[in-house]
Amino acid sequence: MATGNIKDKVSIVGMGCTKFGENWDMSADDMIVEAAYEAMEDAGIDPKDIEAAWVSVTTSGVSGAALANPLKLDGIPITRVENYCASGQDAIRNAAFAIACGMYDIVLVLGFEKLKDSGLRGLPLTSFAEPVVGLGMTAPGSFSLPWVYFFEEHGVTKETLAKIAVKNHYNGSLNDKAHFQKTISLEQAIKAPIIAWPLGLFDCCPTTDGASAAILVSREIAKTFRDDYINLKATSLIIDSMPPGYRPKHEFSSWPATDRAAKEAYRQIGISDPVKELDLIELHDCFSITELVTYCDLGLCSREAVKDCIDSGFFELSGDMPVNVSGGLKSFGHPVGATGIRMVYELYKQIQGKVDKKRQVKDVSLGLAHNLGGYPQVASVLIVGSP
Amino acid sequence: MVGIRATGTYNPIYRLERKEIARAMGTYSMGGVKAVSNYDEDSVTMAVEAVRSAVDGINPSEIEALLFASITSPYKDKQSASTVALGVDLKEGVFTSDLSNSIRSGAAALTLAMDRVKSGSSKNVVITASDCRIGIGGSEFEQFYGDGAAALVISNEDLVATIEGSYEINDTILDVWQTSLESFPTSWEDRFIKTKGYQKTTIAVIRGLMEKYQLTVDDFQKVVIAVPDYKIQIGICKSFGFDIKTKLQESFFSSIGFTGSAHPLLMLAAAIAEAEPNDKILFVAYGDGAQAFVLSVTGLIKDRDVGHPPDSIESVITLENYEQYLKIKGLIATEAARRPLLPSSASYMWRERNYYTRFHGCKCLNCGTEQYPRQRVCYECKAKDNFEEIKLASRKGKIITYTKDYLFPCPIPPHIQTVVELEGGCRVYMMMTDVKPDEVKSHMPVKMTFRMLHDRSNFYHYSWKCSPIY
Repeated sequence: MATGNIKDKVSIVGMGCTKFGENWDMSADDMIVEAAYEAMEDAGIDPKDIEAAWVSVTTSGVSGAALANPLKLDGIPITRVENYCASGQDAIRNAAFAIACGMYDIVLVLGFEKLKDSGLRGLPLTSFAEPVVGLGMTAPGSFSLPWVYFFEEHGVTKETLAKIAVKNHYNGSLNDKAHFQKTISLEQAIKAPIIAWPLGLFDCCPTTDGASAAILVSREIAKTFRDDYINLKATSLIIDSMPPGYRPKHEFSSWPATDRAAKEAYRQIGISDPVKELDLIELHDCFSITELVTYCDLGLCSREAVKDCIDSGFFELSGDMPVNVSGGLKSFGHPVGATGIRMVYELYKQIQGKVDKKRQVKDVSLGLAHNLGGYPQVASVLIVGSP
Repeated sequence: MVGIRATGTYNPIYRLERKEIARAMGTYSMGGVKAVSNYDEDSVTMAVEAVRSAVDGINPSEIEALLFASITSPYKDKQSASTVALGVDLKEGVFTSDLSNSIRSGAAALTLAMDRVKSGSSKNVVITASDCRIGIGGSEFEQFYGDGAAALVISNEDLVATIEGSYEINDTILDVWQTSLESFPTSWEDRFIKTKGYQKTTIAVIRGLMEKYQLTVDDFQKVVIAVPDYKIQIGICKSFGFDIKTKLQESFFSSIGFTGSAHPLLMLAAAIAEAEPNDKILFVAYGDGAQAFVLSVTGLIKDRDVGHPPDSIESVITLENYEQYLKIKGLIATEAARRPLLPSSASYMWRERNYYTRFHGCKCLNCGTEQYPRQRVCYECKAKDNFEEIKLASRKGKIITYTKDYLFPCPIPPHIQTVVELEGGCRVYMMMTDVKPDEVKSHMPVKMTFRMLHDRSNFYHYSWKCSPIY
């Protein structure tokens, strides 16, 4: 078990994010250029100031060349990071370590995914080339599996899940970079065609194009770029070692990787009561039920209370613990490699007080971002805050 | 003495009412239903299930040869018997061979197995016949053919029936045929087939057998006339004087359909199951000539669970309409899933054959945790390379959790994906089959069944799914 921490050693001084959506008019390279230049302009730096870069992409590109080519980043080290849906956060994490050890002062982290050029609905299945093991699995199918536990033990219903979708659609309707900017009704969500029981169409995030970028610097020089920079407070990445469906004795009441990643991140900065101490959370709502399970795994509420918490609006924009005020993966979209960095973009802008006032949360100083990927078995938690 | 040590039959869960075919095709209905193999079944998977039921209670290491008979082998160039032997988890040293191209190939396998046992080259030979023939739309074959498999263990000890003699006739008559270029069988005019084929040959072979062994009609308590026409069966009984009510074996044509090379063995298995000790059975299998056998049931039949009649399986699912049948059989062009199909790997399937095809798992010798598929390092205690291989196919399990998935391609959606815990604790993330989606429940008991998963990279991938225990 790790005992160290990265608290306040690395700062974020600039960020960028393209419009997420069906970006038929933009190539992957177009989106990379948009996100990178927005971040560099935000930080007030030139491409030549960048000493090293990390690029997060799962299926739309390979190698550091995916970033070097569109940005003409000549002669610097660029690492490609792939870790399922946690790729973006893992890129930030590795870039932060490079800064913290003193190797670099200014680096670029960029995540992107161009999913809408495949002609397919949903994600390409490149990671599942196994001819027998895992066969029959789809993303909504594998993420839906805790439903039996929550429906049978804790009174959760399709309506409970629909409330999460309605919330995230509402939040997305207030965000002009979101894929969907439309509210939906509870009835619409409940009655939508089933994709993988109990998940209907509105319980599933869309297939989205997008890119997002961050400029990370060492804390010592952060102030030279801007006053309202933010600091990296904690970062953790946990991989469970066997796909949940094959894991002996696994109880489908939790995705343990999240639980363990959260505990590790809380340890790093001494969080004991996340609801009291965190102001804002962006979590991995690839499916409505994933958001529900994650509430529990992040320690925001007990499994017994999760239905009541959702019913009472606890996680809504105006609630005690606002979750996914950006619209989440559900409304903002989920270009896999970009998502983790996009979440930090939301926290960065919220801490700076720069988002549309309709969804600006008051006095945000500490925010958490969470991703969960794979069967699922890969989770990351990243906490950022004002210095 | 050579004879039958055990019997097993398998017929698939789906039934299609013939009147539904008649409705779709605007023709008359033959009446009754036909058994329809599921989209993940073929003659190999059904043979595995039939053999599993036959060898239940027999140590697999005793089986020294396996013969597979079928007109509908999945491959033209690749043996099916070896895959069946792997699916049933027989030892590597087993002799395997296919017999094909005739509805008599199942009976031919019986003769060859008898010869092998008599010669002493094998003590126990499993024969299995399995077919899933498809008649062209609107034809009588479409209604008449059903899918199924049967298996017999031929041995010289522990017999439920001895085989006391046989007689054969060869005939190259063109009654029903299918060239290697055609997708469906063709036939000559039915009056010709019935009089010069079914009737003439069957009568001749029975007469030949009775003369050879100096038997009379009264010597037989049961007659199994595996000729693909019920009226001809009646006619033959009448012409010899066999009492139809008491002696003629049920044909299963109205509850299963004619199952090709499997049918003679299927009817014989049913006759043995219902027989009394010392009953003599006349068994005739028609096809490119005919074979006749005389069998004598032993006293062991009383103590042996020889299974139920092949048409009384625990549960059937009646297809709602002809379109479902077309989709299951791949007879209607449907849009492919909007997902890329990834190439598979023959070397991969070969390397993992013990786990994927035999369905072995592993048990950690340090902490006892059972895991699937094979592992090098234990999930629970992290011990390295300290496992024993365990057999999972015959274990029962229960559903831990599941989903009904409309995204994963499946001819009759939704596809059911489950997490199953097998007896002993091994967890397997697996597809469920042969179930009505509304009947799936958590904690539901399931059994393992051998299925064809997919044909990516242009070859068939056989492995295991779960299905309900009714």
